[in-house]
Amino acid sequence: MTTAQATTMRRIVILGATSGIALEVERQLAREGCELLLVARSPQRLGELQADLVVRGARQVFIYAADLASVQQHSTIFDFARRTLPGFDTVLLAYGSMHDQKDSETSVAILLEELQVNFVSATAILTLFAAELERRRTGCLAAITSVAGDRGRRSNYVYGSAKGALSIFLQGLRSRLHPAGVRVITIKPGPVQTSMTDHLPNAGRFADPEQVARDIVGALGRRSPDVLYTPKIWRYVMAGVRQIPEALFKRLSF
Amino acid sequence: MKRAVPGSLLPYGLGRSYGDSCLNAGRELIDCRRLNRMLGFDESTGMLRCESGVSISDVLDVFLLKGWFPPVTPGTRFVTVGGAIANDVHGKNHHCAGSFGAHVRQIALHRSNDGLVICNSEINSDMLHATIGGLGLTGVIAWADIQLKRVEGPWIDAESIPFHSLTSFLDLSRESNDRFEYTVAWLDCFAGKNLRGIFFRGNHAAGHNADTSADYGHDHRPEHSEVFRRRHGVTLPFALPAWMLNRYSEKVFNAAYYRVHAARKGTAVVAYDSFFYPLDSIRQWNLLYGRRGFLQYQCVIPETNHEAIEELLDRIGRSGMGSFLGVLKQFGSAPPAGLLSFPRPGLTLALDFAMRGEPTLKLMRSLDAVVQQAGGALYPAKDARMSPAMFEASFPRWRGFVAYIDPKISSSFWRRVTAAG
Repeated sequence: MTTAQATTMRRIVILGATSGIALEVERQLAREGCELLLVARSPQRLGELQADLVVRGARQVFIYAADLASVQQHSTIFDFARRTLPGFDTVLLAYGSMHDQKDSETSVAILLEELQVNFVSATAILTLFAAELERRRTGCLAAITSVAGDRGRRSNYVYGSAKGALSIFLQGLRSRLHPAGVRVITIKPGPVQTSMTDHLPNAGRFADPEQVARDIVGALGRRSPDVLYTPKIWRYVMAGVRQIPEALFKRLSF
Repeated sequence: MKRAVPGSLLPYGLGRSYGDSCLNAGRELIDCRRLNRMLGFDESTGMLRCESGVSISDVLDVFLLKGWFPPVTPGTRFVTVGGAIANDVHGKNHHCAGSFGAHVRQIALHRSNDGLVICNSEINSDMLHATIGGLGLTGVIAWADIQLKRVEGPWIDAESIPFHSLTSFLDLSRESNDRFEYTVAWLDCFAGKNLRGIFFRGNHAAGHNADTSADYGHDHRPEHSEVFRRRHGVTLPFALPAWMLNRYSEKVFNAAYYRVHAARKGTAVVAYDSFFYPLDSIRQWNLLYGRRGFLQYQCVIPETNHEAIEELLDRIGRSGMGSFLGVLKQFGSAPPAGLLSFPRPGLTLALDFAMRGEPTLKLMRSLDAVVQQAGGALYPAKDARMSPAMFEASFPRWRGFVAYIDPKISSSFWRRVTAAG
């Protein structure tokens, strides 16, 4: 880390701090001596994570247990962040949920929950933090969406459409915050080995979360493309996938 | 663990054991890689408490900046603390520091029948003794207290010296052991009777960076921060075709390796990772051996019978099946840290052989005879084929270990060498 990079990201709020990718991001940020505010559901896991990150070198780690999927809790989360980490300069949204697609084809309740967690609640909390950074005319908002949002696929279109909608939301937000000098980064990982994907076939061949986290930390710390594909190969893969004509694509079963 | 049937599970880390000691064919593995939190660190003593899935690489990434180093490290950083304990791994400093197990002060062991068991030198010391080198069979290590070592920085004062006989290796090793924390030698296995190799020795460098050691955090020397930032080297993307690896290409490699290092003999200050982990810079280097892979062979021979090493090299030379990396090291006299620890006083020789089926296995059986005759032992972490008799000869105390095995745990290795079901 050069001195310049280290000082541009000192105080970071992580929403969904116990997600598999977030864990690795936090560890790398801890080694750089950052201050972190972690939000996730389980107080016990947050407590254990706090201890781990302090050993790994984080200057300070604050934790707040809340259910991010519940929009009613957002204002207290946001107030806590403003009080405990007033100078936060980076916000990373890292939570998400992936049900078995088949379940949301048969249950509208599960379908709506998937959209609520991955899209509705995400845009709600980002809107609160966006206003604060816009007012201060500084900082960086980053959110983890997915390559699954680049094209609707038979096997994963519910998760994909929520993440795709979030990517479009971020596009607009980026344009809105650009005059204020606030960066908005859309992070699109390919499949990664985390607890969210453990149940999928071929999970052993998915990307290493440490490598994905390295790309993310790099993007947070320096001028980077607005949209980060990680591992990098997915930028090219998805460029290809987007070109497949719909008449052919609808026949593909993946 | 509660629901599992007896003998059905095995804790698994980063899978760097070369054989089947980390496999459980047809049964289940417990993936410990996400059991990787650091629970506490005492800055004044260097005592680290971490879960067993934390890797040596993690420890280096976090603690080298703070001036601490793993007490013992094997030749790759991609092993977990749990795996380092379960195989009681050794490193280039065995002659002065002993094996990894010697630096484990306490563990919490999750056992299917007694829950979490704390083991240290006072309570359950026998279980600690069995778990060190216990091949993961005694339970799942939840966390361990490891004593780290103070270092001044990431640099090693390294020296390499060519040698041309086993006697000159022994002279070099004995002469170096008092003055150098790390010693190891590389051997050209194709040289046959005309033994040759390169002796490497080193110490953690002190004076060079005394000026910067105070402020690693805000690094002003780019080349210095470069050392801390782990290099993520090249990855071998696919298995090389088998024809590319043959006795001629191996011979050429060995001769070239020898010439390069012999030409560079002398002293240099090098980065710790190139000194300790040269192979880690090529991810998936094992694919060099093609789809059929390779077998490792690592033995230890009592020093009084060191001519057995010459006999082994002679048999390998005559077979024409040499190895890229022959590694020779003199172990220290520290008593074994665990009941089934491999490191013991003597000379240890590690080799790898491209797997060519029966001829390779036949050569290894012929090496076994020499090792057994000399009162030596084989290293389970490197083995995929030793016979029950060879295991018995290597670990005569293994029957005393059986009582410590967790009833729910077993491994392919264990079933093979004890002929247990």
